[in-house]
Amino acid sequence: MNKIKSLDDLRKMKQSLEHGMNIREKSNSPESLVQIRVAMATCGIAAGARTVMNTLIEKIEKEKIPAVVTQGGCMGYCYAEPTIEVKVPGKDPVVFGNVDSKVAIEIVDKYIVNGELIDGVIPTNYQTINEQK
Amino acid sequence: MNDLSLHIIDIIQNSLCAGASLLKITINEDTAAKVLAIEIEDNGKGMDASQLARLDDPFFTSRTTRRVGMGIPLFRQSAQQSGGDLVVSSRLGTGTKVTASFRTDNIDMPPLGDIANSLILMVSANPDKDFHFRYVYDGSEYIFDTMEVKDVLEGLPLNDPSVIRMLTGMVQSNIEDLKGESGNNG
Repeated sequence: MNKIKSLDDLRKMKQSLEHGMNIREKSNSPESLVQIRVAMATCGIAAGARTVMNTLIEKIEKEKIPAVVTQGGCMGYCYAEPTIEVKVPGKDPVVFGNVDSKVAIEIVDKYIVNGELIDGVIPTNYQTINEQK
Repeated sequence: MNDLSLHIIDIIQNSLCAGASLLKITINEDTAAKVLAIEIEDNGKGMDASQLARLDDPFFTSRTTRRVGMGIPLFRQSAQQSGGDLVVSSRLGTGTKVTASFRTDNIDMPPLGDIANSLILMVSANPDKDFHFRYVYDGSEYIFDTMEVKDVLEGLPLNDPSVIRMLTGMVQSNIEDLKGESGNNG
């Protein structure tokens, strides 16, 4: 691929980009995409959230998974950072804790693709310090 | 935090929590004066004087999910230990500006890190926000503006992995060129 330097280069690449992503573009509204939200507050970043985010983006491209990777704030699980929340269409969101690159790939392969749960899920009834009575 | 690009992500996250829709990020490096400044300005909800005064207190945070806020204190520590400083100015309803400066010849100067990767990750994770990024190196500059990029891409999603890869490469090679060219002239 030629090196993209300017907006003009980008414009020239547009067509081939469009071609590559047509499967996803034609079929989809945002609700039908898997949403992966990486917690990116101080705690998450310090624990390696950026590496996890890069791994996830690479992985969904490689496996051609209709997913978007977004960014969230601190959910109060600082002890378990990096955390990611995965929302598969039609299912409740699930939060995974202590996610490094290896676990991130496992989550995509096992949970997103096959629907199996893996270790490291933070239960949804967890309460943050301020919610506890 | 291992490098400055991670601090930038952290401060951007603060801006996003404050409801910003436009973020201006400027890195200004002057090799002769041996200083580097990072400025992050947003149009979020801003802070009043009493909030601003408590920013350095790690036990001050407006969030409810935990009781500590380390982002600004850690960034300030990085700046101060390398002979620089961090200044936050803010107006309620207008926005906030964080400026951190560093002495590049100081032994405690943290590495800049992968700026292109940090920037494009933030852009792709928040495709509905706008980012204006400016890298100034000894007076020459490179500007990356998502409003222009969105115009060119005409609705192609910024969070598509192939777009992310392409934009990261674009910013990366422009920053490299900027540093290379100035080096040759000097």
